[in-house]
Amino acid sequence: MVSAGIDVGAETVKVVILNGDKIVGRSIVRGGLDRSKSSDEAMDEALKSAGLSRGDVERTVATGIGRKEVEFATAVATEIAADARGVTILFPSVRTIIDVGAEEARGIKTDGTGKVTDFAKNEKCAAGVGSFVGSMARALEIQLEDMGPLSLESDKEIPMNVTCVVFAESEVVSLIHAKVPKPDIARAIHGAIATRTTSMVRRVGIEKEVVFIGGVAKNPGVVESLKRHLGVDFLIPEEPQMVGAMGAAIIAATAN
Amino acid sequence: MLANYGYSDGSGTYYITLDTDKCDGCRDCVTACPQQMFLVEPDDYDDDKAVIKEAMRKDVKYLCAPCKPTAGPRELPCETACTPRAIVHSW
Amino acid sequence: MAEQKPEFWRWHEYTWRDEGKNWKDYEKITAGVDIGSVSSKAAIMVDGELYSYSLFRTGSSSPDSAHKAIQGCLDGTGMTLDDIKFIVGTGYGRVNVPFAHKTVTEIACHARGANSMNAGVRTILDMGGQDCKAILCDENGKVQQFLMNDKCAAGTGRGMEVVSDLLSVPIGDIGPLSLGVDREPPPVSSTCVVFAKTEAVGLLREGFNVAEVLAAYCAAMAHRVVTLIQRVGVKKEFAITGGISKNAGVVKRIEKELGVEAVEIAPDAQLAGAIGAANFAKDLLAKQMARAAG
Ligand code: SF4
Ligand code: SF4
Repeated sequence: MVSAGIDVGAETVKVVILNGDKIVGRSIVRGGLDRSKSSDEAMDEALKSAGLSRGDVERTVATGIGRKEVEFATAVATEIAADARGVTILFPSVRTIIDVGAEEARGIKTDGTGKVTDFAKNEKCAAGVGSFVGSMARALEIQLEDMGPLSLESDKEIPMNVTCVVFAESEVVSLIHAKVPKPDIARAIHGAIATRTTSMVRRVGIEKEVVFIGGVAKNPGVVESLKRHLGVDFLIPEEPQMVGAMGAAIIAATAN
Repeated sequence: MLANYGYSDGSGTYYITLDTDKCDGCRDCVTACPQQMFLVEPDDYDDDKAVIKEAMRKDVKYLCAPCKPTAGPRELPCETACTPRAIVHSW
Repeated sequence: MAEQKPEFWRWHEYTWRDEGKNWKDYEKITAGVDIGSVSSKAAIMVDGELYSYSLFRTGSSSPDSAHKAIQGCLDGTGMTLDDIKFIVGTGYGRVNVPFAHKTVTEIACHARGANSMNAGVRTILDMGGQDCKAILCDENGKVQQFLMNDKCAAGTGRGMEVVSDLLSVPIGDIGPLSLGVDREPPPVSSTCVVFAKTEAVGLLREGFNVAEVLAAYCAAMAHRVVTLIQRVGVKKEFAITGGISKNAGVVKRIEKELGVEAVEIAPDAQLAGAIGAANFAKDLLAKQMARAAG
């Protein structure tokens, strides 16, 4: 049976297509303002990579912030449920999931069967989620992908008042004027995300093994910072941003 | 006076309310809080009253997170320590 | 200050003095000095009546700004700093008024001042460039409940500036433009300024015009501060102070949502903190004199 999972996030749309339990197609496209249109694009691209067409897909489960706008979905799943299912397949030993996306961050506890036992969220405030790093990269006038590597060049703790993205933007500008090296600023920014994530995850409790997923897990600066703050090591899948779509596809495959 | 320390942002509203009419300045909260968020100092009328340290007011959601596990009964060290019940958390 | 554009609203420096009074005829001369992040204010009172006041830009050093503000009140009067019997300092953050006899919190001074300038004011909403305060006081201007929000840019002048930049509309035009719309789009749903920006761009794409997007944002901002002020409780009379009080697009929508009309604080709401501080100084001086008299 062919099933699909689509994760409509704040910045990107991800699709995973399964044939039985094998991944046969995938895609990741930048989301536009019209989420229904970006969903179509992502789905078509994934189908193309699988050499399939719409009619071949038996069930599609949508997840993510825009999950209700996917017209071709047969069912929807919350991000939390999708994360838990996806992680359980990838790393069956994991009990704690940290997911930091563009507009939302979550700490999830699972029982090892893919069932969620507890969770905590950070949402609707850009400070503490992925889009914060994006805004700060713009304020620093560097590419988003360069933020992580750049911050790793620094080993300084500079104090920064990063409680609001808007105020932090002006603070970054004045730090630049004060000739504070950009790596130090980048490190402070990642540190801020990491402290916020850590305190959120502590609410659900940290139980081994721990996995870090979501687009922000691709940023080595945040990963380093989070390791320092959390005090435990964690796993990172090869494609941390695809886990939600993967979980949704598994839910589609196993639904009856 | 009800003094609300904390903030409200896109994610929600997080205030710690200190009732200065009830607070007797005993400092029990100062000892109880694991994050050392309280301070007892003279207010505008020269009475000793508890306040949340200024530098911590914009971070209460994160600082208090370890005291507020998602599961299990909720018992905040500060609220419990305060005999006159002058401390109330809004979240 | 971290701000590139700290001034959210245009205003100018000035001083004022009651020419009809000779300070030498009075016994209790007190002053209040309010050092804000943007402007520094001072007021002198003689036996509890306003004698002079001044308003200046805050410089890089707060002691210097404090001296400048009080000097503005003294110039041309023949009065010197030593003639003032009691001075109270107040302001943003760690206040540094070297010649003050005592420091009082800005919340207490703001409420006291607004209440004394417009007797009867019980609820005060102060919307500044970087923060927002809601205060409820009793009939004597004593604070009963307050809350402050200086963490989040939503509901502050800074948040409005972001929108003004995004839509290239001068900050002073936002109010009138937002009130001139034929249809009100639904308010922007994100509180967060960062996400509201994305939403605003989406509204433009959907075919709403700039004025309508401004209306949607002003409505969202109004709703946000209304939820804050409702936490402390709204009692008539109600006053709005701070930079955004000059934005009718927000003020009108707050009034509508609360069902209460805001009253004016004359001569200038910006002076509330300094005048409140001078009032505190008057009380403290009376206490001191009573103690000295035994
Ligand atoms: S909840 Fe915990 S950390 Fe927060 S103020 Fe109370 S005792 Fe302190
Ligand atoms: S404006 Fe700043 S503090 Fe407010 S919700 Fe957005 S990022 Fe958070």
